[in-house]
Amino acid sequence: MKIHNFEQFEEQITKNQDIFKEEVKDNKKVILICGDSGCVANNSLKLKEKFDLLINQKNLQDRFLVKLTGCFGFCSKGPFVKIMPDNVTYHKVKEQDIFEIFESHLLNNVIVERLLYNKTKDISLIDFYNKQKKIALDGCGVIDPHKIEECFAIKGYTALKRCLSSLTSLQVIEEVSESGLRGRGGGGFPTGKKWLTAYNQQNEKKYVICNADEGDPGAFMDRAILEGNPHSVIEGMIIAGYAIGASKGYVYIRAEYPSAVKKLEKALEDAYEYGLLGQNIMGTNFSFDIEIRLGAGAFVCGEETALIASIEGKRGMPNAKPPYPAIKGLWGKPTIINNVETFANLPFILKEGGVERFKSVGTEKSKGTKVFALAGKVNNIGLVEVPMGTTLRELIYDIGGGIANDKEFKAIQTGGPSGGCLTKEDLDTPIDFDSLLAKGSMMGSGGIIVMDEDNCMIDVAKFYLKFICEESCGKCTPCRIGTTRMLELLEKISDGKGEESDLEELDKLAHYIKKASLCGLGQSAPNPVLSTLDKFKEEYLEHIKEHKCRAKVCKSLIKYHIIPEKCHKCGVCARFCPVYAISGTVGKEPFEIDPEKCIKCGLCMSNCAFKSIEKTTGGENND
Amino acid sequence: MISSKSKEEIYNIIEKRKNMETPLMMILSDIQNKFGYIDLEVQQIVAEALNIPVSEIYGVVTFYSYFSLKPKGKYVISTCFGTACYVKGTQGIIDEFCNKLKIKPGETTEDGLFSIDILRCVGACSLAPVVTVNGKIYPHVKIADVDKIIKEYKDKEVLMNENS
Ligand SMILES: Cc1cc2nc3c(=O)[nH]c(=O)nc-3n(C[C@H](O)[C@H](O)[C@H](O)COP(=O)(O)O)c2cc1C
Ligand code: FES
Repeated sequence: MKIHNFEQFEEQITKNQDIFKEEVKDNKKVILICGDSGCVANNSLKLKEKFDLLINQKNLQDRFLVKLTGCFGFCSKGPFVKIMPDNVTYHKVKEQDIFEIFESHLLNNVIVERLLYNKTKDISLIDFYNKQKKIALDGCGVIDPHKIEECFAIKGYTALKRCLSSLTSLQVIEEVSESGLRGRGGGGFPTGKKWLTAYNQQNEKKYVICNADEGDPGAFMDRAILEGNPHSVIEGMIIAGYAIGASKGYVYIRAEYPSAVKKLEKALEDAYEYGLLGQNIMGTNFSFDIEIRLGAGAFVCGEETALIASIEGKRGMPNAKPPYPAIKGLWGKPTIINNVETFANLPFILKEGGVERFKSVGTEKSKGTKVFALAGKVNNIGLVEVPMGTTLRELIYDIGGGIANDKEFKAIQTGGPSGGCLTKEDLDTPIDFDSLLAKGSMMGSGGIIVMDEDNCMIDVAKFYLKFICEESCGKCTPCRIGTTRMLELLEKISDGKGEESDLEELDKLAHYIKKASLCGLGQSAPNPVLSTLDKFKEEYLEHIKEHKCRAKVCKSLIKYHIIPEKCHKCGVCARFCPVYAISGTVGKEPFEIDPEKCIKCGLCMSNCAFKSIEKTTGGENND
Repeated sequence: MISSKSKEEIYNIIEKRKNMETPLMMILSDIQNKFGYIDLEVQQIVAEALNIPVSEIYGVVTFYSYFSLKPKGKYVISTCFGTACYVKGTQGIIDEFCNKLKIKPGETTEDGLFSIDILRCVGACSLAPVVTVNGKIYPHVKIADVDKIIKEYKDKEVLMNENS
């Protein structure tokens, strides 16, 4: 099976090109089920078991094949089951639906209408997918990541072959530069430029690192790529190794992603077996190895110098730059670090004509696409890839399907703990590195959280700051102590004890921390506070002056109140109250909450069947 | 004191990773996964085997939140504290778990049955808010579900005790 030269590689590609057609020859059907962690959490493995069981019972193994793929993208409507070659996709499939799909669709060719999304058989036609373009996600949700042959079928590793057979290292770097690819890990640094720096170093040892730490809480793009098509990342890394003259690569991946690690391990094994990794790849002089290294739950380790320290077996503390890793990185050797998605773009770019195709997508200074994990209060939560330049409005309303539960849109947060919030006024901003920065946020790695009227912006700022305080490595004082001081001020405000001068103090501290911190974590830590201060100053002032939290989130500023006229005197609330703060007589007296005892857990309200309990804040109903 | 069997397993882990360059993190991950914690005694074994001062290993173990110095409860309740879960109300759920089990995040109940952990995004944001118990994922958790989840494991315990 080992590939010893370019001809043998081409043979593999030819041999496997019709693999998907072969599977469905002679009336055979293939059942694709999303096996990404997201859908697995929603029971998708059980669906496969159930299909397999039915198929085995009837001895129909030669007619039906069940496969697990990567993420379909439309996560909130998962798990998905797709039947090929009919190209019919069912959504929100439950275990008890399998029998019907089996009997009706598989055995009798009658589509199960009730499981179609919006009555659409071909799900790629719905709005959610319409404005998307797949480059980095190529293969995700299509191939079985456990089978490298399926990756060959979508022309996997052909870019590598092209580089090895007809481009010099420098030509590869030139093509990457020419494509305009910028790093997808958040900073947007031109990838070609980084590579060139490393290429120019004279050193017999150089390294390639793939940053799969994905620290932004609420983001899962990199995980989905690694689970959906790990080979695209492996291919990208090998190409990078060839370009800069490295023979060893590391994938630094967070321990919280066990199934991504497993799929990557399998993919690496397969690549070794075919000789796409290891000694003399495709018979050339070029050799490259990849090893997995696990993170252990430290956000700062996503920062490149901290990541290197972690691989070196140290506390994950960042170091001052320069020297940049491209000059002095892992074990002091020239090292390039790129994000998972950055690598996943390379197979597309380095195929014949890829540079031009890539350049034709996106805006002038941000080429290609960006993958986002769209989450929070939108209807369609999921994994999306859009051309750069798509507006936030298109992302939230056309793709995301608008705000869930008919609530009002309030803000969109990009860039995670280093980013900022954007508001209604910013919705027509095109998504690219520079436009988002100009609006006071940033592209970040791709986490997008949509917030509605029920989210308090002070609370959100507090959330991010708490995160930073916990994750600050403690090496430099501005970050370690400054962020704690900021958090204290925010807590004071959300407790209703704030003063107007606190806002100035916050602003001042924020600027000191930004200027004086050692690494990107501290330098960007105040961003969520600064951007909410800038865009939601009113809300801050309401908290301070009127002791009002309009979203009714900040506990010190809200009260629970039973509306006597609406109370059915059933006493359920009193039974749920953990602190016995509710009194009344069943059937006789309306119940009442003792504000002194109430801990504002909200259990009474969520358990009242008659919606007789309300939350008030500030002057509202607060006698 | 750790048993000689555990010791042997630790040596096996070290042996398997030893030829890597700077294998410390991988060895610690393996030990954490296998035993659920890395106490001082274990750190000493690793220190000797790798010829690294134990102080340095202690520094590493305490830096990363994935490593734990103490054993955790039999059932580790991990509440996701990622942004997607947070905006959908994780805080209330954590509070309720703490309230019901009378422990704080990071602590273990006296009977050794439950620990509460805080996780940063398990990557299932479309199911927010998410709670996992020993890896089993509970999607779209509501405050009212907290009791049920705890009960599920308490019942399991009772059943196991009855059977044994
Ligand atoms: C605090 C902090 C956390 C970071 N976390 C990540 C991360 O999780 N994933 C990532 O790819 N880059 C992260 N970065 C950016 C990396 O330092 C680095 O710039 C990036 O991996 C380079 O890859 P790229 O050029 O392909 O984007 C982080 C940076 C900082 C300052
Ligand atoms: S934020 Fe909880 S799963 Fe992502």
